[in-house]
Amino acid sequence: MSREEHNKWAYSIPGKLALNYIYYLGDFNTKFFTELRDNKRILGVKCPKCNRVYMPPRSVCGRCLSKLDEWVELSDKGTLLSYTVVNYSEPYQPTAPPIVYGIIKLDGADTGFTHLLSEVDAEKLRIGMRVQAVFKDKREANIQDIKYFKPI
Amino acid sequence: MVKKNRNVAIVGVGQTYHKRRRPDVTQVELINEAVRAALKDAQLDIADVDVVVHGNMELFEGTYQGDMWHVDGDGAYMKSGIRITTGGTTGGTLVCATDNIVTSGLYDVALCIGFEKMEEGEATGGITGMADPLWFRWMMSGALSGASFAERLEALTMEQLERLELVAAKLRVQLADNAARNPYAHLRMKLTIDDVMNSRLLVYPLRLLHMCPESSGACALILASEKKAERITDKPVWIKDHVTTHLEDFVVGVITEAESTMRRCARKLYERNKITNPLKQIDTFEMYDPNVWWHMDWMTEFLFLKPGENIEMIAKGKTALEGDFPINASGGVVSTNPIGATAMLRVAEAALQIRGDAGEHQIPKEVNTAMASSFGGSTWSILNLLTKEKPM
Ligand SMILES: [Zn+2]
Repeated sequence: MSREEHNKWAYSIPGKLALNYIYYLGDFNTKFFTELRDNKRILGVKCPKCNRVYMPPRSVCGRCLSKLDEWVELSDKGTLLSYTVVNYSEPYQPTAPPIVYGIIKLDGADTGFTHLLSEVDAEKLRIGMRVQAVFKDKREANIQDIKYFKPI
Repeated sequence: MVKKNRNVAIVGVGQTYHKRRRPDVTQVELINEAVRAALKDAQLDIADVDVVVHGNMELFEGTYQGDMWHVDGDGAYMKSGIRITTGGTTGGTLVCATDNIVTSGLYDVALCIGFEKMEEGEATGGITGMADPLWFRWMMSGALSGASFAERLEALTMEQLERLELVAAKLRVQLADNAARNPYAHLRMKLTIDDVMNSRLLVYPLRLLHMCPESSGACALILASEKKAERITDKPVWIKDHVTTHLEDFVVGVITEAESTMRRCARKLYERNKITNPLKQIDTFEMYDPNVWWHMDWMTEFLFLKPGENIEMIAKGKTALEGDFPINASGGVVSTNPIGATAMLRVAEAALQIRGDAGEHQIPKEVNTAMASSFGGSTWSILNLLTKEKPM
């Protein structure tokens, strides 16, 4: 039975909780996003104990709990570790379908991170393909300052 | 006496400097500050910890599965873990559950963390989600609802009311003085009785300065089994017992309950631990006091006081830091309130008092037994009983 049919005999109360949130970047992440916005530079951070370069960077190494402050400039080019193609539409999605999500490991980093891929034929997506960041012209110090990654 | 499989002690205490806003850190980094402090206090490495128990208020920061998101900061990477949320009592429940986990024999060393970054969400909006949508959600006013004073206030003369307001103000000034001696407290302001009496009226007789603030902060405790605890520290604080009591939630009929959850909780704790005179057998009480009126009321409930005895005790300074029975030497919840951490801070502060490590707000008399309460909607109560002496 559909919701419309249910509503003919079952009374209901529509509910909506509108909650506003604001998330602070903190001093550490502010550095990353300032560099991204002002200089189109992508910074990773290196754990002195684990020797791992993290992207996204973080101020604490989850594996050994070391404090991290050794910034490493990463390339805007990287390798596609995995991908998926979304063909349906939902109000929370960042763009209209088809949407290509990829996990990209930037040159110089040891970890991959998820972002969008564009200017790409979905049929031609391959794990291991080389990609490059495309930056927004008007950047606002958030992760969408990288518009998407495109194949090179 | 409650039967425990083995004794459990608090071996590490950590907390952040609590503030209204912490834009300099993320949630992960805020939690990490408390975790780091607790590990340092216990002189342990994160590798020594077997399990991480994590908690805060649902909806407050709009984070789903926060325990997973916060792994980088809380040290839970590749460890066992569980997330617990029980509203205002969360911090107390975290201690009870972690005690149960360790006493059961499942794990030897456990880290529990309560936090709230209240600046990042809408507390009142979040609390609204607890009201039944069929009956009460449309009229929720968050933490300020509650007409439980009405039946008592109506019975008082104008003179009696004025005296009560004066005692409430004196209590608030006393708690502010305590908080001024606690470097971690959020509101550390010098208050006068006039400041309190003239602050904005919220819900009669509750004024703005009677009420707790919204804070951002975290608390972390490390609990260990008896054998481990004695190896880790020469000042273990034993968790002797804890009791949790609830009412039927969301039902108007609760008003007719004969006994409050506070009284019932205390009755059970006292019976199990042969406490017949709490004012003599307990040395200090860290109470979850969301406002000074409840502080005054709940003294009577938790401590089985005679009518008017609470007012008498406050007026004579008996609950002050130097008094016979200090309550909230830390400054209490009216001074510091990062909700998911608030109830755990009561236990943490009680433990520091037993250790003698509270610093400037250390109670001058000897503290061997301390009690800590938790409060949450709708009038959940938890009591934790801590001792310097190892339980039998
Ligand atoms: Zn590391």
